[in-house]
Amino acid sequence: MAILELKNVHTYYGNIHALKGINLTVEEGEVVTLIGSNGAGKTTTLRTIQGLLKPREGSIKLNGEELTKLPPHDVVKRGVSQSPEGRLVFPRMSVKENLEMGAFQRNDKDGIAADMEKVFGLFPRMKERINQRAGTLSGGEQQMLAMGRALMAKPRVLLLDEPSMGLAPILVDLIFDIIRELHHQKTTILLVEQNARIALSVADRGYVLETGEIVLSGNAKDLAHNPEVEAAYLGGKAH
Amino acid sequence: MERALNSPVPLSKRFWPVFRTIAIVYVILLLGQQAGLEPGRIVREMTDNPVIIVQQLIVGLANAAIITIVALGYTMVYGIVESINFAHSSVFMLTTFVALLTMSWLVNAETKAPLWVAIVAFIPAMAAGGLINGLVERYAYRSLRKNAKIVGLIAGLGMDFVLQNIGLQIGAFGKLPNAYPNVEGIKFLKILGNQNASPKSFPAVNEFFSGPGIPVNVLEFIDPHATLRITPADLLVIITAVVLVFALNWFVKNTRSGKAMRAVAQNPAAASMMGIDVDRIINLTYVIGGALAGAAAVMFGVYNGTTSSSIGATTGLNSFTAAVLGGVGNIQGAALGAVFIGLLSSLSDQFISSRWTNAWVFMTLVLVMLIKPTGILGTEGGEKA
Repeated sequence: MAILELKNVHTYYGNIHALKGINLTVEEGEVVTLIGSNGAGKTTTLRTIQGLLKPREGSIKLNGEELTKLPPHDVVKRGVSQSPEGRLVFPRMSVKENLEMGAFQRNDKDGIAADMEKVFGLFPRMKERINQRAGTLSGGEQQMLAMGRALMAKPRVLLLDEPSMGLAPILVDLIFDIIRELHHQKTTILLVEQNARIALSVADRGYVLETGEIVLSGNAKDLAHNPEVEAAYLGGKAH
Repeated sequence: MERALNSPVPLSKRFWPVFRTIAIVYVILLLGQQAGLEPGRIVREMTDNPVIIVQQLIVGLANAAIITIVALGYTMVYGIVESINFAHSSVFMLTTFVALLTMSWLVNAETKAPLWVAIVAFIPAMAAGGLINGLVERYAYRSLRKNAKIVGLIAGLGMDFVLQNIGLQIGAFGKLPNAYPNVEGIKFLKILGNQNASPKSFPAVNEFFSGPGIPVNVLEFIDPHATLRITPADLLVIITAVVLVFALNWFVKNTRSGKAMRAVAQNPAAASMMGIDVDRIINLTYVIGGALAGAAAVMFGVYNGTTSSSIGATTGLNSFTAAVLGGVGNIQGAALGAVFIGLLSSLSDQFISSRWTNAWVFMTLVLVMLIKPTGILGTEGGEKA
């Protein structure tokens, strides 16, 4: 059974029909990517999964349990956490406090401490800056912090929204190495990216989103070689 | 061509700024007398009796203590929802009645009370303040939060009227001692019993248990006969404020809920993604703000001795100005602003004219808005709770 399953999800912003019946599954331990251009509905999909937007129709299930009606803090409690687009770290809190906020729904002190060490293992830079205010970190460091913070929730499904946005290529590579490492550790990830090439390189499977609808899906390798995808998202190699 | 380049500014245009300056100075001189702005007299009074300055500074600090605690309610709520709770001053007013009822009940309507009575009164007053503010948030503001900010502000004004009128009814219980017993008070339409809006008096807390107050003679070197009076009320008020400011600071920095409040203040969307129940945290902020208003109410009652349904406005103005002056959303800033406003008020009361004190406070508010809208300690967007 899929750990995360979206069935015919319709989400609206007022009268704007943003998601027009999304069907999507993520299996345990899998990295699934959702690619598409600006405004296709990628972030909307993640926000809907987290309960920040209420779908007007359809169902979202985590391990068979319905998430659709739950408020966001309960969704986090069930095991869905997110590294949001634009990172949204808490600028006037220290790195450590930001990480603690990620574990807000947890009560197991020892587990939290152990996970913080794990995060420091993935992002040694965070340990160096443990008492620094998050607002003073560089963009790449803020991205690491946002990912670390999401991992602190010990998620069953980790949602990553545009982790490469606004980063220098060398940092993008670094962030995606960490995503590979997380994949290796069997973390289940739903990855939203505009940079389709790099997203498909780490993912097992992918979905292509266009104006609120999934137009293509399949094995990441196949998608990377699909002429339509190449033309639209991989810089038009097909020509 | 040359003429055009050097063309002098027309006489009328040169005249106008000069005239305007003269006019403003003239009006200030004319009204200044009325407002008690008489430099000669003020300097004379200060040099004649310097002890009064020190005494007024103590009064100012005691006022600042009360203003600080009310200002914390404004500033915390602003820090988290970026909106002003206009009903806050009325919550404060209502809790003065809770404090008054508790204290008169505990001393059996005697006119004097030992210190412990005032200390016990903190509990029901803070509980009531928290409850009222929490309910106001839950039922008046929460559902409006998605709308434009102005909607919440207007709801706040509306709640302010509602609470003030409830205060008027409480003032009408009739069982409470009038501050000025021979004033009958204004008779209103008898809707809910015998309504009487005249100020009610608190039992005087002038004694530590049964001992006398402390006349302190620290100013001997100025004048051997000068006695500075520091009353238990002064001490109670100032110590309480210091304790509360430190306690709140600690709470916000170290507790789970306090951290959640800071997270919501800094980024509500991200806080929600971390699993924080944003609505609950906002409610908690209002509850804490209301409880602080309740604490301030006891301080106010003990210090000023009377209350009425109309006391919210002045305290509200002072506290709001203190919060803005210090940098809205900033706990230390609120205390700093309050000290300034408290001293300004007490010095103006003594040396200028008590009728004009509120005008000075208002002027401070306007000047802060004009010159540094972020306040003394505020940064862009506010160093939030």
